[in-house]
Amino acid sequence: METGIETAFTPWASLGGGVLIGLSAVMVMALFGRIAGIAGIAQGAMALPGAAKDRDWRWAFLAGLIVAPLAVMALGGAVAQAVPDNLGGMALAGLLVGTGTALGSGCTSGHGVCGLARLSGRSLAAVATFMAAGFATVFVLRHILGGA
Amino acid sequence: MRALWGLLSGLVFGLGLVISGMADPAKVLNFLDLAGTWDPSLAFVMGGATLTAFIGYRLVWRRKAPVLDQSFDIPRSRTIDRPLLVGAALFGIGWGIGGFCPGPAFTALPLMAPGTLVFLPAMLAGLWLGARIKAGGSLQDRGKIRRSAAS
Repeated sequence: METGIETAFTPWASLGGGVLIGLSAVMVMALFGRIAGIAGIAQGAMALPGAAKDRDWRWAFLAGLIVAPLAVMALGGAVAQAVPDNLGGMALAGLLVGTGTALGSGCTSGHGVCGLARLSGRSLAAVATFMAAGFATVFVLRHILGGA
Repeated sequence: MRALWGLLSGLVFGLGLVISGMADPAKVLNFLDLAGTWDPSLAFVMGGATLTAFIGYRLVWRRKAPVLDQSFDIPRSRTIDRPLLVGAALFGIGWGIGGFCPGPAFTALPLMAPGTLVFLPAMLAGLWLGARIKAGGSLQDRGKIRRSAAS
């Protein structure tokens, strides 16, 4: 896996984008009475076992996510994105993210944003665990195996 | 009507991901790289999003029911069990390898990077696999710390 390329520290854009994410979570609660966890929304859209049954808005929500970068570009904005090109690694990563969020009942948005906003101890435990695992994984890949 | 509002909610979420930088795996991986090219921006994303949701949820919950549905459906489980922790750990490892969590994997789709086109189908397959494992309950049955098999 490649070592890090510097990215600019963007506190204001990140804070503003974060507020929009929070606003969307509030919209989903106000409109549909649900937690705006993307893993859960995708599971519901795919009608997986144990997932919620209201599929109509979930498909539309995922479509909204996909349309967002196109809207930014249509308005003349740039969408910065550097995706790792180690395809074997990306396949493994995708499988782990999907399996893990399904088993753990949530992702960065479900446990992170929505769970912490509900002051859920269960979500706090999940966030602490996936953050620690993320920090450890990048440390091993970049500084032990990568030798950076 | 529900679909239209769903689309709008997703669009706001996606715009937030793009504007905040959370949609860029390079930024996410740098946030996780404390010992290297650390970029603390994502702490501001999480802070802004969580604080907004914290305030907004409390205003919304003054209502008896959501606008377009019968009732609020909020997770009730309080058990910190093995599937929660094993799942979160697996997710964190995958996040650290690819720099994508589920939301950004969707917003990345129209840019069609090869890594995205591999990650997204693998993630959907993983969601299916994880749902099956959870429905089967194998993790709970084998666990030594067997608490009330909630959720």
